[in-house]
Amino acid sequence: MNIPAVNIASIGAALVLAVVGIVIMVAEPFLPRAQRWLTGWLALGGVAVAALATYRMQGHHGLWYSNLWDLDDFTIFFHYVFLFIVGLTILASMDFITREGLPQGEYYALLLFACTGMMMMSGANDLMMIFLGLEILSIATYVLAGFRRKDLKSNESALKYFLLGSFASAFFLYGTALIFGATNSTNLIVIREALKVPNVEITLAFLSAALILIALCFKVAVAPFHVWTPDVYEGAPSPVTGFMSAGPKAAGFAVLFRIFLVAFPALQDRWSDALWVIAALTMILGNVIAVAQPNLKRMLAYSSIAHAGYVAVAFAASSPRGVSAALFYLLAYSAMNLGAFTIVTILSRSEDRLVTLNDYAGLAAKRPGLAALLSLFLISLAGVPGTAGFAGKFFIFRAAVESGYVWLTVIGVVTTVVSFYYYLSVIVQMYMKPAAEEFQDLRPAFSWNIALLIAAAGTIYLGIFPSGMLERTLSAVMSLPH
Amino acid sequence: MEALISSHILTIVTFTPAVGALLILFLKRGRLRSIRAVAVVMAVLSFVFSLHLIAHFDNANSEFQYVINIPWIPSIGISYSMGVDGISLFLILLTTLLTPLALLASWSITDRAKEYFIFLLLLETGMIGVFASLDLFLFYVFWEVMLVPMYFLIGVWGGERRIYAAMKFVLYTMIGGVLMLVAIISLYFMHGTATGIYTFSYPAILQSLMTGRMILAPNVELLLFLAFFIAFAIKVPLFPFHTWLPDAHVEAPTAGSVLLAGVMLKMGTYGLVRFSLPLFPKISHFLAPLITSLAIVGIIYGAFVAMVQPDMKKLVAYSSVSHLGFIVLGIFSFKTQGLEGAVFQMLNHGVSTGALFLLVGMIYERRHTRSIDEFGGLAHRMPLYAGVFLIVTLSSIGLPGLNGFVGEFLILLGTFGVSHGRAALAATGVILSAVYMLWMYQRVIWGEITNVKNELLNDMNLREKLMIIPLLILMVWMGMYSSHFLRPMDAAVARLVQRVEKQNVEFALNPK
Repeated sequence: MNIPAVNIASIGAALVLAVVGIVIMVAEPFLPRAQRWLTGWLALGGVAVAALATYRMQGHHGLWYSNLWDLDDFTIFFHYVFLFIVGLTILASMDFITREGLPQGEYYALLLFACTGMMMMSGANDLMMIFLGLEILSIATYVLAGFRRKDLKSNESALKYFLLGSFASAFFLYGTALIFGATNSTNLIVIREALKVPNVEITLAFLSAALILIALCFKVAVAPFHVWTPDVYEGAPSPVTGFMSAGPKAAGFAVLFRIFLVAFPALQDRWSDALWVIAALTMILGNVIAVAQPNLKRMLAYSSIAHAGYVAVAFAASSPRGVSAALFYLLAYSAMNLGAFTIVTILSRSEDRLVTLNDYAGLAAKRPGLAALLSLFLISLAGVPGTAGFAGKFFIFRAAVESGYVWLTVIGVVTTVVSFYYYLSVIVQMYMKPAAEEFQDLRPAFSWNIALLIAAAGTIYLGIFPSGMLERTLSAVMSLPH
Repeated sequence: MEALISSHILTIVTFTPAVGALLILFLKRGRLRSIRAVAVVMAVLSFVFSLHLIAHFDNANSEFQYVINIPWIPSIGISYSMGVDGISLFLILLTTLLTPLALLASWSITDRAKEYFIFLLLLETGMIGVFASLDLFLFYVFWEVMLVPMYFLIGVWGGERRIYAAMKFVLYTMIGGVLMLVAIISLYFMHGTATGIYTFSYPAILQSLMTGRMILAPNVELLLFLAFFIAFAIKVPLFPFHTWLPDAHVEAPTAGSVLLAGVMLKMGTYGLVRFSLPLFPKISHFLAPLITSLAIVGIIYGAFVAMVQPDMKKLVAYSSVSHLGFIVLGIFSFKTQGLEGAVFQMLNHGVSTGALFLLVGMIYERRHTRSIDEFGGLAHRMPLYAGVFLIVTLSSIGLPGLNGFVGEFLILLGTFGVSHGRAALAATGVILSAVYMLWMYQRVIWGEITNVKNELLNDMNLREKLMIIPLLILMVWMGMYSSHFLRPMDAAVARLVQRVEKQNVEFALNPK
């Protein structure tokens, strides 16, 4: 019997997070209630150690554990992105959890487990492994969505997410089963080689690819598989919504890129066309419906759908440049969107009461700092030059034009103009309407300030000096097995 | 040292105001005087630095001068690249001159003054950047970035319908801008495919087009031209894309109107001169009859609508539609006189209309109304104001000896060489402008004081005099010694005419 090559260092980051998550769960009951906020900092420490472990993974490129795990620049890039997202989410959550009186330890442990799942998804070279990562992530996120268990909306959110998520998982499994039938393997590289053989069951492979595509489209919330998003985002606790809009989306796209670029390049023509339609539909629906949302969380939900559409444009372009633009965009989007959600969390006050546009009226006069930062994140989401959002969109549209998708680009830029309307509406409320309240019960907390600082710095830095990160994303894409 | 300054002068001029904005960010919001002082000092500094541009400008050189070229995103051929020629030189100077004046006109702003001055300074950086950029990507960045401060200036410190006006302004400009972005990216790839060099550098792409290394198919050229043209036509604004302008002008605070009319509208016409004509000369010729027709409609329509406006600001706004029509007409005459006249008229309009908005702002601050029939007989109480207003009015309607005449004359001369009928039609605009401007002047300044509220008005104070004197000097200077301003343009305009005419000959021989 062969014993597969074991290389602990190659999965170091995921391992660290899983262990820290368990430690938190074990340690929590022993901590006095008043001291349980420490678990948040413990989790943050875990993220830092995991970042270090990711750094140490650099030298261990290659296939490990019976080719189940593929460590390359792509994996490492996404590890950093996930750690960035989870780190910001933890910072944004600390005072929220205390304010709402929610159980501390479980929350952070679940976040770390979710991150472990995402990391597994980004590096897995086998459909079964990907499925495991997907489930670890999903189950943790279902619980997080319903974390405010006495709140009906939070319950609704969790249940909807769970039902539709399970549905998507089933699609994924069906797809896996079919491709196993066609190629006798669930290993991505083996599938790719098998599809090169002329007499392979190409229809079966095509069906499998379609099912997997649908499953992942559910996960990243692109039209027409997006309908669950607004309700789930609205009901979930605000920092969790921020996390869901960034983390699982990035992980879903990571898997999408890996599966389709590594296993299904033979079918590229067909899925490129499908993605064209999906991308166009997503950008139009997301942006147009967002215009009519009075609730900020719902508006950001539709905006997150629209942004998934832009990433889909990059993927439809299906060139290394396109996918590297998508990677860049996912990172940029994480920074600006988590920043926006952190402010939504701060302003929503206890039990997420104040989340409609009107609640933001006059914020700039009373809290100029917060208003300025939210404006920064919003104009970045809208894509004003000088911000990360613009750099990302520019790279995406550039790649799309390069691949000949000029009309898709035109749809993209025109829907961007639509998005200006709803992002600027928030700024109208903050800057151009009289204050309805004094905003005195806002406590500026240390952890929130750090989160905002990091998100703002990222948004501006990536906007003005995108060059280095763009190189990294390109080398990440080039490192995929091909 | 001299060389070092010259090689970075454009960066210094462009970003001095932004540095000022950063400084203000760290001032306490209550310290109004310090905030104002920093803003004015930094804007004046930027103006002083910009004088270096004219002092060391080589009139005989048709190439870009003071060129900076630093790789920015090298992997896709984007660089931080700036330079000026005779066309952009004066537009930069106009910007650096008008901004300090606009700042001085903002003393009445006390609500959230800190943000206000930050936005004004950022706006200046954006505007200078547009005129100085030589990289298409960089140009686009400045073009769009500038919208944000202007949006806030109108939306926060504007009049009653400010939110509507601000949103309309942004969405109109955006829709043109994003299509231009697609065109820029397309141009970049076509250049890359044709020459193997993937770059957003404007001089490089222009060079390839001129030497024939890169040839655009007619239908492609048409689409690209339209994408650029719509962006510029909205900004100008050319009839029928003008509807955002009166709203934005009426609602904007005085400084916003001054910079909007004085500088931002010129970005549209500058874009036509800098990009549309040299990059797409064939289509420019092909569409010139249509575009000049729109320009003439704009000249006459703007003038008639201006005539019936009860609101002084709205009157000046519509007069801008009319005047900008002249500039477009001059540009699309493709003649040396027409083009020089157009560039000269851009400066004129900035100076004259800037002054008009400042003057309207002065009585608005006193009376909080701009309605013409609220006034009358101001000459009795504000003799100095009446005198200044007269000079500015005469400059705006093109009295010989003042600046407006030179520009309009050159444009009409250029147009006359192409079509007598069009020149004649456009000339009616000159007459109409005299009608609406003088009629407004008469109703506001002459006559007896009919409204008791006007009995106690004070004449211009020191700050207001400071604001208006530089513009008065310029009006006379530009009218009397126009060659001081035209000579530096010669080389750049000659080069442009040569580029466009060469294509015209080819076009005439072989229309496809």
